[in-house]
Order: sequence, then C-alpha cells, then structure tokens
Amino acid sequence: MVALPSRHRSLFLLLGVVLLQVLLLAVQIKRDSQGRLIRAWTVSAVSPVERSGAWGIGKVRDAWRHYFALSDAARENEELRRENGQLKLEIMQLEGKSAEADRLAALLSFRQKQAKIPMVVARVIGSSADANSNIIYLDQGLRDGIRRNMGVITPEGVVGKVIESFRDTSQVLLLTDRDSGVGAMIAETRIQSPVGGTGEPLLNMKYVGNDDEVAVGSRVVTSGMDRIFPKDLPVGTITQVKPGGQYKQIRVRPSANLEKLEEVIVLLTTDPVVMKQDVAGANSLPAPAAGRPTSAATGKPTDKRP
Amino acid sequence: MNDTYDLRIGESHIEVHKFHSGTIVLSVLVATVLQSFLPVYISKFSVLDLPLLITIYFGLSRRNPSTGLLLGMVIGLLQDSLSKTPVGLFGIAKTIIGFLASSIGARLDTEHPAARFALTAAFYVLHQGIVVLIQKLLLAQPQPWFTMRLLLACLVNSVLGVFLYFLLDRLRKS
Repeated sequence: MVALPSRHRSLFLLLGVVLLQVLLLAVQIKRDSQGRLIRAWTVSAVSPVERSGAWGIGKVRDAWRHYFALSDAARENEELRRENGQLKLEIMQLEGKSAEADRLAALLSFRQKQAKIPMVVARVIGSSADANSNIIYLDQGLRDGIRRNMGVITPEGVVGKVIESFRDTSQVLLLTDRDSGVGAMIAETRIQSPVGGTGEPLLNMKYVGNDDEVAVGSRVVTSGMDRIFPKDLPVGTITQVKPGGQYKQIRVRPSANLEKLEEVIVLLTTDPVVMKQDVAGANSLPAPAAGRPTSAATGKPTDKRP
Repeated sequence: MNDTYDLRIGESHIEVHKFHSGTIVLSVLVATVLQSFLPVYISKFSVLDLPLLITIYFGLSRRNPSTGLLLGMVIGLLQDSLSKTPVGLFGIAKTIIGFLASSIGARLDTEHPAARFALTAAFYVLHQGIVVLIQKLLLAQPQPWFTMRLLLACLVNSVLGVFLYFLLDRLRKS
C-alpha cells in the first residue's frame, strides 16, 4: 500500500472530519433531532460548573451588599443617634434590602396572584456559547416538570420558550433570537400580529398592514394565539413605526430586561391558560375591536391587504 | 523527550511548543464554560469567542495540522452542544480554523504580538465566513456576510487574543 506523505495525511484527515460533520448536520436536518444525545452529555457536564458559579457569584454579591449595608448602618447609626430618630434607622434598613430579595418578592407575589397556573421559579445559570443565538440555561429541568414549548416569563413580561429540557437543566430560546416569535397584539387597538426576534435587542412586529394606525409608545401584549403564552401578558412597547412594502416596519422594545435575567418563571403547562388581568396591567384595556383575524398555526394574517 | 523542538522548513527553524499535561484540556473547558456562563452577568461578554481564541492559539503553538484540526473539531462540537445551532456548525468552522492555524504556525513565526493580532483578526473573519456559508448553503438560514457587530467583535477578539496568548505562553514547558 502506498504511504501518504504527512502533509497529505492531515489534508485527508481534514476532508474526512469535515465530511463527517456535514453528514451529521444533514442527519439532524433530515430527522430534526438536533443532536440531543451529545447536547445532553455536554450540558450535564457543564451545568454543575455553571450552577456552582452562579451560587458563588450570588454569595460574593450578597457579601458585598451586606458589607456596604453594614457600613451604611454604622455610619448612619451615629447620625441617627444624633438626630435621635428611630425612623431613619428603619429607612436605612429598607435601603439595605438587597435587589435580589426584591426580585424574589416580585416573583413570589406574581406566583401567588396566579396560584391556579402551575409555574416554577428558576434561576438562570448560563447562556449560549454562540454569540449569534440568544438562549439561556435554567437550573431546573425535566425533574421539575419543565418540558419543551413551555412559556418562560418574568413579572415584567415575556422572556421566551423552552426549546430543550434535560434532567436538571433546561434551554430557553429568548424572544430576541432570530428564530423566536410570539403571538401578539397591540393592547389599545387589538391589532394582532406575531412579534419576532431579530438577533438585536429590539423585536420586530411583522404583519401590520400599512393601513392600520400604530402609535409609538403603544403597548404590545400576547394574543394567546400561539397557544404557549396566556393572553394579555406584556411583550413590549413600540419604539419605531415606518411604512414598509406591504406591512409596516414596527420595532418593539421588550418589557422584560432580557439582557439581565437572573430569575424567571416557567409556565408548567402547554395547555392554554388565562392569567389574572391585573398582572398584565390590562384592566383598562378596551374590548377587542380592530383586531385582524390571524392563523393560530402560523400567526400570519389570514387576509392579504396590500 | 524534548519539551520543544525545531521544525525545519527550507532555511527557517520554527519552534514547536509543548505544554504541561492537562493544559489544553483545562483551557478548552474553562473557555467553553466561561463563554456560556459569563454573558449571564455581563451581557457584552457575548461578543467574545473564547473557544475560537483557544483553537487559534493551540493551533499556532502546536503546529501540527492533524492535532490542530481535531482540537478545533472538539472545541467546535462542545460549543455547538451548548448552543441552539445544529451540532457540527461550529465544529466544521473550528476544524478548518484549527487546521489552517497549525499549517500557518508551521511556516511562520507567530510569536510577535502584531502577527498574532493580524492572524486572530483574519481567522475570526474567516471563521464567521465559514459559519455564514454553512448556514446559507446547508441550513438554508440567510445570514448577513458583514455587520458592524462583526467588525467590532473582530477587533475586540483580536486585542483580547494578544493578551490571552501572552497568558497562555506562561503555561508552556520552558
């Protein structure tokens, strides 16, 4: 057999390895399997490290906050003694309350108000290793009842949906991802249109006709048509409206701060649910009037306006 | 066994570097975990591509195309596994980058910071080009070839690369 020179050997190895991976890609596209096994192994290996890191960072941050809280306490206590005011001490204690406690209280309050809806609070422990995709990892998974296509929210608004669930971890596609989308409508006019990610911080409202009147500053809420999110959850606020070819170009700033998520709520159901109206701030919403019919499956408008 | 040895190509002598045991594995794991973990707390961190920098560095230092491409493949597949992309997208791109970095490292002296900056920038752009090409051709996902974010990310990664390589140089066997 003819021995290959080492230079050619590495070239053949390169071709072989690349070809194998192309085949791997092709198999995934054909079967829509997305390499679940290799992902499960990697996530299982990495998530304990991320979980420890999140715990460590939380502890360091708590210690840091408490240090300053105590420093403030000592300094302000002297002032308080001089002023002989018990009231200022109480104010200082309130000021020393950690932001994390506030967030958890908000989540708890939200959960209590929506007691009939099964949900779980999860901590964000990681994000995508790829800058082009907007995904996060949560510290809870199959064992906690989290399954694919469950909605993920915060009290401020929609976050995204679960795209993969492992034993103790789950993967969430954020609303800002290019492949993400949510059935939505404009709160005031009830015009329906899906809102999708663009890979940028702002979202895109896709199918609002040029004839429809849309004002900057209008609130966008979920329509419930995607059967993932309950109706009337805040999605965002319209920041820009431009006339387009067939549809308006509408940019929406997400209600939830998707760049700084630390705790989220996973709706533990894939069945349609109804949220209490006061949570979405929708008490003052007008009754559905100017909404355009949309397809539940695609979220696209069923009529074709020019 | 020698810790370093000379690779002779024509008249030039290029040193091949060796590392303490476990250095490469540990560097790959730390880079992958940091890439996945830190953007949760510092969102701007997502502009970095630490796995790519590690692929380039060990490719340029080890100067063996076969090990370079295999290391690139492993790092790329790890990155794919922690992303929502189909497994193989970054695998292919980093396999090619690992191969090219090792091949160039075997022909050029890549120890100077300016050379490292230029090579990292070139490899970053090439890596993104390969990723976009695969997305367009194999995955039917239209992606822009060039964005301002790409340019910025290229500069940031190249600057970080120079400092990171300097740190990783300390892990070489002397």
